[in-house]
Amino acid sequence: MTSDGHTEVHTEMSQPEPQPRIAREAPAEPALAAAPDAAETPAAQGEQAREVQLQGLRAFYGHAEQVKGIDLDFKPNEVTAIIGPSGCGKSTMIRCINRMHEEIPGAHAEGRVLLDGLDVYDSSVDVVAVRRAIGMVFQKPNPFPTMSIFDNVAAGIRLTGRRRRGPELRATVERALRGAGLWDEVCDRLSEPGVGLSGGQQQRLCIARSLAVDPEVILMDEPCSALDPIATLKIEELISELKSRVTIVIVTHNMQQAARVADRTAFMLDGELVEVGPTQEIFTTPGDRRTEEYVTGKFG
Amino acid sequence: MSAPGGNATAGGAGTRHPLLVRDRRLRRRKLVNRTMEATATLAALIAVAVLALVIASVLIKGVSAINLDFFTKEPAPFGQSGGGIANSIVGTVLLVAMASVLAVPIGILIGIHTSEFARSSVASSIRFALDILNGVPTIVTGIFVFGLLVVGHVQSGYAGAVALAIIMLPIVARSAHEVLALVPSSLREASLALGVPRWRTVLTVIVPTAVSGLITGALLAVARVAGETAPLLFTSSIASTMVSTDPSKALSSIPVRIFELSESPSPAEHAQAWAAALLLIVFVMLLNVLARSLFGRSRARIARTR
Repeated sequence: MTSDGHTEVHTEMSQPEPQPRIAREAPAEPALAAAPDAAETPAAQGEQAREVQLQGLRAFYGHAEQVKGIDLDFKPNEVTAIIGPSGCGKSTMIRCINRMHEEIPGAHAEGRVLLDGLDVYDSSVDVVAVRRAIGMVFQKPNPFPTMSIFDNVAAGIRLTGRRRRGPELRATVERALRGAGLWDEVCDRLSEPGVGLSGGQQQRLCIARSLAVDPEVILMDEPCSALDPIATLKIEELISELKSRVTIVIVTHNMQQAARVADRTAFMLDGELVEVGPTQEIFTTPGDRRTEEYVTGKFG
Repeated sequence: MSAPGGNATAGGAGTRHPLLVRDRRLRRRKLVNRTMEATATLAALIAVAVLALVIASVLIKGVSAINLDFFTKEPAPFGQSGGGIANSIVGTVLLVAMASVLAVPIGILIGIHTSEFARSSVASSIRFALDILNGVPTIVTGIFVFGLLVVGHVQSGYAGAVALAIIMLPIVARSAHEVLALVPSSLREASLALGVPRWRTVLTVIVPTAVSGLITGALLAVARVAGETAPLLFTSSIASTMVSTDPSKALSSIPVRIFELSESPSPAEHAQAWAAALLLIVFVMLLNVLARSLFGRSRARIARTR
């Protein structure tokens, strides 16, 4: 294990690419160009998720560089945890993956973010398609306050202009709620407001909402930081189940959480990637002294 | 600084408990504190008292003229007693309704633009312009519309409504901006991250979340212009005493009617002026109460998502 983690990135890239899951519909098309159609396909269990590669990713707020050139791979059907002290650029980095970073006035990103080989910043790629393919769960549960539980989950489908018949929509919503482990708790009160649920339920509702548009990748920005330990446990179990369907990137401040859910862990410091590797290795035999100091609680 | 006595007391109080030390400065501070508190309370009471006096005097002087005829009859012909202000009530309702149809949609769109779409520098210049527009004396607005729509034509309900709409516009737009800015950005992000386009995010997530607040702003603007007299003097004051619903001619209105009645020599008409004023005050108060309760609901809804 080298100290910069880049060696591993390059060896991984030589592995065979996973078969793109929409190949049966649009074999020649890159994923993002076909994303609106691809999303019509009902999700099936055990599908191949997609690979995300960051190449020289830099992110700026005005002139301040917050992410300083990161090369990192997120492999299909794996959970990758991003750890690091507050302000080290973890959240900024994952917000570049689905192009949410550019929503902040004055912010921009440089470098490449490849989703199965196609740059999400490519001029032929529509930002809306990027966000349909790469879902996001935020730090605080944020269900839409004007919508019922059902409508919250259906929001992504309805508002992105996809026509679905009633029964089909209901089936999609149920599948998403089951996928988020919430169905049994809410199936008899789907028309009640989403904000009436408990915090943990709201967060699973938000996960269901992002699952409903059938993403390939889900980014989670400290999804449990506002939740109690029991709700946190449920979300963590959910993450382990979901990785068979989607690639998951989770930012966390909680190192036990990273150890519990992540297959691989990346450690960031001051906008740079210090080290990435199998979670076990990062926590027991890190290659870099700074990683060791952080995971053993000497700073951060 | 100039109170060595205080220091001496504190320093020389070796035998006293530190919590019981009496300090001259402390006593003075307490006195200043009490005086300030009393002055502020008095000022607040004066504001409430003025409102109470206004309402009481209008009530006392106007209530005698309030009867069914007052609401349902047209003004009595010259020299006769009785009659009512039905034409002015209908005229005010029409004028305010037309002004709202003009100003509320445009005002809300301006608010959406400044809070959701414009760059912050552009948004703040627009808001500055709206503040200036809001500060323009309403008589000036009246003359402006007079020059624009009345000179060379005739006074009309349309012209009056345009003048009222110009007064409503900055109120609606500013309040729309404020309530839309209250919608937490986490909701915008949630929607954008689902791949919902920005315009659709605004229409289906942001605006519904703030809808009670938007209505509140519109109601407050209505309450404000319902009592406006100056802009109507030039644009819609030479009106028939018959109930009219034709906006191409001048429409009577309650505020202008109050002005006319107050200039009359007849005590009965003075009483009617007070009664009309009472009607206006009650209407504006009801609108304010409604607006407040709606805004409370809006804030509660937004608070649940925080």
